[in-house]
Amino acid sequence: MIKVLKPGLLTSVQDLGRTGYQTYGVIASGVMDPAAHRIANLLVGNREDAATLEITLSGPVLEFQEDALISLCGGDLSASIGDKQVKPWRPVYVKKGSELRFGQAKEGCRVYLAVAGSFNVPEVMESKSTYLRAGLGGFHGRALKEGDELTAQELSEAAAKIKSFLQKQAGGEALVSMDWHVASEFIPVFKEEQPVRVIKGRQYELFKKESQEAFFFEPFQIGSKSDRMGYRLEGPKLQLDKAQEMISEAVAFGTIQVPSNGQPIILLADRQTTGGYPKIGQVASVDIPVVAQLKPGEKARFQEISLEKAQQLYLEREKSIQQLAQGIRLKLKEEVR
Amino acid sequence: MEFNISPLGDHGAIIDLGKTIDEESHERVKQVTAFLNDKPFDWLIEYIPAFTTVAVFYDPVKVMDQKDKPSALPYEIVRATIKKELPKLGVGEKRQGRVVEIPVCYGGDLGPDLTQVANHNDLTEEEVIELHTAGNYLVYMIGFAPGFPYIGGMKEEIATPRKEEPRLSIPAGSVGIAGSQTGVYPIETPGGWQLIGQTPVRLFKPDQEPPSLLHAGDKVVFKAISRSEFDAYKEEQS
Repeated sequence: MIKVLKPGLLTSVQDLGRTGYQTYGVIASGVMDPAAHRIANLLVGNREDAATLEITLSGPVLEFQEDALISLCGGDLSASIGDKQVKPWRPVYVKKGSELRFGQAKEGCRVYLAVAGSFNVPEVMESKSTYLRAGLGGFHGRALKEGDELTAQELSEAAAKIKSFLQKQAGGEALVSMDWHVASEFIPVFKEEQPVRVIKGRQYELFKKESQEAFFFEPFQIGSKSDRMGYRLEGPKLQLDKAQEMISEAVAFGTIQVPSNGQPIILLADRQTTGGYPKIGQVASVDIPVVAQLKPGEKARFQEISLEKAQQLYLEREKSIQQLAQGIRLKLKEEVR
Repeated sequence: MEFNISPLGDHGAIIDLGKTIDEESHERVKQVTAFLNDKPFDWLIEYIPAFTTVAVFYDPVKVMDQKDKPSALPYEIVRATIKKELPKLGVGEKRQGRVVEIPVCYGGDLGPDLTQVANHNDLTEEEVIELHTAGNYLVYMIGFAPGFPYIGGMKEEIATPRKEEPRLSIPAGSVGIAGSQTGVYPIETPGGWQLIGQTPVRLFKPDQEPPSLLHAGDKVVFKAISRSEFDAYKEEQS
């Protein structure tokens, strides 16, 4: 059991989202950074779509009331137990009674905490994701609060073995980390004016030439009112060639729409299902994790990518994640031999 | 059936089925939705119907798993498949949608903008209620919020622009007007619609399958009820 001593800015239970219900207007929700979430799960022997805790900017203080096998993937929010840093992107054993805390958000905006066995919360509409606005799913439909107690489900066989193996190694220490971590190709690189690859949107051609150019050449700053629903960008004003009314239609994870004030919004995990603003672009799926790790105040620069290239990269990425999954399974077996 | 297909990112495609919001486009959207609802493709993740379009979301890995054209990319395969299948749907018979009655308690604290709607249109409050209950309403799509219906068919005589300052919180069940549209808020949310009343009926039921009371294609009848009927209905539900 994990007890929440301090909730942090926004800590919620999420999985890969609520699919199949958008036709009824139910938003997808789910994690902002699917890559970090999936890898965090794989590292502790969970299915990649199991629920994790999404921790935002200023993290919580969590007390482990039982020994646990965990992993942290995503941004670097200075996780520590006692005077030891909790190393990311690898399995970590945490001893009963330890307090996991977070400090400064050094790099990135969110980190995913996976616990072997995954969190024991009910499924609502086939998902464990928290839909904050409607107050459903996840842990009682809301972000975590002080005093909440989360339980984990039963561990997979591999996870149970690795946990007892590390337990022996720990010899009473509060935590032991594996000395290996996932390959660096999966670990995000943080840059100033982060490049984000974008496919031209359905209404790209309706924008003024200057606006089309500015979109791909000027940096955009992530505004302070950005949240899980969308990132509000600040930059050059983007204008349509001719004002026109759009008929509302579906939007997607990473759709960049431009309301009449000319400041684009990147629609993210908690986006509405449909929208009536012109779509200037669509973030390539492989770069959604890059966007999810941008903090308000940081800047992004959009780079054009063709649909063909974006799909190719996506298929390659999926293949390498499958290979990683297999690699982790082997590694976990080897360690306990 | 005439249609266009274009990409929505690297996981989606939008099927365009009309240029204007009207019953013909809506019928085509309904036909395509009915077809997709039978899960005709392994790679189909989900779909989102709207006024004149249906968006299809696909899993590119699954598309490639079952393809026999190794050089083509997922979108091209999805596009070709849809292009082949849709014309087979034919025009078909118009299916009669359901009729759903929604009781509304108009005015007072449940409909704080009824007076404004009346004043804007030089009508009495009673006339606004009469016109609102007399509409020939069709649910074109569900979107914006869970179970939120975009309803066409409101009488132009009661059309009223949105509020200049949206309210930060609108109670669930509020019935509103925005321009020449009318709608019902299924959950508490911010919004700029003119609120003329409230229904005690729940439009979003997360514990039921399907979770939305209304579906695209439904006809809606608004029925005026008194405050005591409203309270009784609420009581019954809880």
